[in-house]
Amino acid sequence: MIIDIKNLNFIYNPNTPFESRALDNVNISIEKGEFIGLIGHTGSGKSTLVQHLNGLIKPTSGEIIIDGTNITDKDVKLKSIRQKVGLVFQYPEYQLFEESVYKDIAFGPSNLGLDESEVHIRVKDAMEVVGLDFESLKDRSPFELSGGQKRRVAIAGVIAMKPKVLVLDEPTAGLDPHGRDEILNEIHELFKKEGITIILVSHSMEDVAKLVDRILVMHQGKIVMDDKTREIFKRADELERIGLGIPQITKFMREFKTLGKDVREDILTVQEAKEELLRYFKEKRR
Amino acid sequence: MNNIMIKVENVTYEYKSYIEEEIQAAVKNLSLEVKKGEFLVILGHNGSGKSTLSKMMNGLLLPTSGDIYVMDMNTKDEEKIWDIRQKAGIVFQNPDNQIVATIVEEDVAFGPENQGIDPAEIRKRVDDSLAIVEMTEYKKHAPHLLSGGQKQRVAIAGILAMNPDCIIFDEPTSMLDPTGRIEVMNTIRKLNQEEGKSIVLITHYMDEAVQGDRVVVMSQGEIQMEGTPKEIFSQVDKIKELGLDVPQVTELAHELRKEGIDIPGDILSVEELLKLL
Repeated sequence: MIIDIKNLNFIYNPNTPFESRALDNVNISIEKGEFIGLIGHTGSGKSTLVQHLNGLIKPTSGEIIIDGTNITDKDVKLKSIRQKVGLVFQYPEYQLFEESVYKDIAFGPSNLGLDESEVHIRVKDAMEVVGLDFESLKDRSPFELSGGQKRRVAIAGVIAMKPKVLVLDEPTAGLDPHGRDEILNEIHELFKKEGITIILVSHSMEDVAKLVDRILVMHQGKIVMDDKTREIFKRADELERIGLGIPQITKFMREFKTLGKDVREDILTVQEAKEELLRYFKEKRR
Repeated sequence: MNNIMIKVENVTYEYKSYIEEEIQAAVKNLSLEVKKGEFLVILGHNGSGKSTLSKMMNGLLLPTSGDIYVMDMNTKDEEKIWDIRQKAGIVFQNPDNQIVATIVEEDVAFGPENQGIDPAEIRKRVDDSLAIVEMTEYKKHAPHLLSGGQKQRVAIAGILAMNPDCIIFDEPTSMLDPTGRIEVMNTIRKLNQEEGKSIVLITHYMDEAVQGDRVVVMSQGEIQMEGTPKEIFSQVDKIKELGLDVPQVTELAHELRKEGIDIPGDILSVEELLKLL
């Protein structure tokens, strides 16, 4: 088990009139190499939870064990936690600050005290993962790049830390459909090749349905669902009640079935829907 | 009385690129009209020039060449710039960057206060605007404690209080959760249908784009496609070539057609496809 969260609670502004419980007895176990989707409406506690995972916030109570280390322990060095868990925030390009792409990506690994040749390899590899050409871009200022490229630089900076767990908070917000698909494909490649554990926070049910194996649903600081992707999207009514939804294609197949048609309703992608409908039409013709 | 809200005439916008030290054009010799009462959607990949175009529509940026008229006022006319911004307001992506006050109703009042409007009139406009975006019950709240969709609706109320004829939305839902997106899109439709506001909506979400009267697709600073949502989205392959996408049901219909199933290629919604199959 790479992540084991036990009875985690977090209260903002305790003992004041503004006291609010952001995390309410959260329990999660994640195995190494899982690809997890974390969904929930704004204010459901996703970001608070994610910030606990690399020690940015200390819990009010409860335990967070990452790769065998209890990170809530007072003696644990923050540096070692950050090495284990890489966090890519929303709009990470706003956090770029160095004068060249190379230096920006190298900042984290250099601070780990790695020697220069190792840093060099890591920067190069990380750029390759996110689809940035090393030779032509390494000396450029990150601020001259396009929005999509800047975001890739920011993600590369986290990947260069070689985290065991990579958490991405809305990595595609504000990108056009093509840029969105590219970044998601790169993340998926990273997952397949490196066997890294990934947690993807997203408001796009379509993206989550396409990519992840298992979904955690948060509502009012609690984990209200935790299951395989296909199982989660069968619970459309419950999801809608807590401000979420299901992919349009899943919705279509569900409604088609309620018209009395004999089709599967647990469809996640356009490709699956196509195959299922072709099967249905073929049988109907017989 | 002409029925043109915004007229864009042979507009080019050039800027000096840091990288190559050469002049680049974000918008190239582009002409476009937004009609009064119209709901126009602008699509395009990142860097296609659509945000530059929208910022020129109320004089935040001025064209390098060509002219833009907002209700017959040229955006280059410095004396008219405040009238132009009053007629055509912009709502941006991030609600947190658009809210200036610590109480919702004070935030909504900020625009009209700066126009020197009579306090009694401001009171009325603030109340009306909050009612339209359905945020009246939050008028005494602190904006930072609201959800993303609520904050964005407060930002819209702030523009409404200026009494504009046209509102330009630059990716207003890209930072919102599914509920927030629906709230904001419902508000935009209401402004168009019930309040008669002209709408220009820039978005990356195809399910939002299908709600417009007319869609313009930009690429490399130029208009590549123009038509009704049905005319645009039935061209699935061309849309994808331009780095965009179509709604999932549209793609499904397109794929089924390729397999020889006899259905029209211009399906835009779940309901339409259900009726056909």
